[in-house]
Amino acid sequence: MSKLKVTNLSCQKGYNLLFENLSFEINSGEVMRISGPNGSGKTSLLRLLAGLSTYDSGSINYDAFNLNSEEYKLDFLYIGHLTTLSPELSCIENLNYISLLGNKNSELDFFNALEKVGLEKFENELVGTLSAGQKKRIALSNLFISQSKVWLLDEPFSALDSKAIKIFESRIDEHCNDGGICLLTTHQKCNINNLREISL
Amino acid sequence: MNIFISTITRDLKMAIRNPSSFLNPLMFFVISISLFPIAISPEALTLSTMAPGIIWVISMLSVLLSLNTLFHYDFDNGVLEQMIISHHSLPLLLLAKTLAHWLLSGLPIIILSPFLGMALFLNSESIYILILTLIIATPCLSLIGSIGASLVVGIKNSGMLLSLLILPLYIPILIFATSAVSQSQANLSIDGQLYFLGFIFVVSILISPFLSAISLKISLE
Repeated sequence: MSKLKVTNLSCQKGYNLLFENLSFEINSGEVMRISGPNGSGKTSLLRLLAGLSTYDSGSINYDAFNLNSEEYKLDFLYIGHLTTLSPELSCIENLNYISLLGNKNSELDFFNALEKVGLEKFENELVGTLSAGQKKRIALSNLFISQSKVWLLDEPFSALDSKAIKIFESRIDEHCNDGGICLLTTHQKCNINNLREISL
Repeated sequence: MNIFISTITRDLKMAIRNPSSFLNPLMFFVISISLFPIAISPEALTLSTMAPGIIWVISMLSVLLSLNTLFHYDFDNGVLEQMIISHHSLPLLLLAKTLAHWLLSGLPIIILSPFLGMALFLNSESIYILILTLIIATPCLSLIGSIGASLVVGIKNSGMLLSLLILPLYIPILIFATSAVSQSQANLSIDGQLYFLGFIFVVSILISPFLSAISLKISLE
């Protein structure tokens, strides 16, 4: 049973205090939606949890490990606003490189992941020729490949149609049923089981 | 090691599919050098005296031109973020990117320089020394340049800032490399210059991936 614990976390950007003394715990099998108005620090919180930014005070622990430990880095997946796709590479080439950066498992089925998101015909298509929604689907197809336990998803459903949103919602459900943890930010309504909410 | 080779392959593949990113600086290199005989003098003595300086200055400027693309595309599409949070060593990933950059900017300069050297009436001994200095020092240009490129990665239109940051660090390389070729023309020993260039290469390959990693983390925070 894994646990991500945030204790008395404070974050300031310039002169703007985004949040102060923020504490919460999230256990295996739970999904936490981080909500709040624009500029309240949702993305900043996810970036702190991903280790992309430094926090002013407090602590973040994953089981007995801290944020910079190899164990945590091997066990989380961060998908931010940007698609992490290079337009000069094909869908498969992009997925191959990104999963190489993020996963310990190299025996991954990229074609299967593309099939799940309805883009199996585009496997050798250059990403630069695809639409914004298709790019987002490819970026999120990592969810079908990833071996990581903790998922940090920043606005995962933006630019997606309702059918694609359902596919990814059920994937998040499946991940949490398998004992995973998911933190996400979204302004859209989610149809996900075991959803908890934290407001900033 | 797999990720190191994959990063180099990926960057080379991207460059081949978007060739303007590395061909423009090379075109600049060839065109600029070929204009000097027209602008200064077609006399062999004048050109052969100036050739080491001309080739080295234009090499530096063309590497500088290509530095903007080193991290820019990966910053725009979010791959740099994934590199930072990856469990792989960030300095190793950046070293792979820098090596790919050298293969696309430094190596073509080394290949083209004998022909341009001949066009500027350099004798065969001096061309050999010129190639030797380029082989030792062009990797330094990419390695030192990667520190500057990682510092300005998030800044739009950062070309001028990058030049201001990097050019002063290139000056020792310029001094020792041009002096090596000039001294070889006068049949003097060039051991000292080559040792200094070798020292700069060793220091830059040992330090620059780590400095680039630190600067990149600061830039992306």
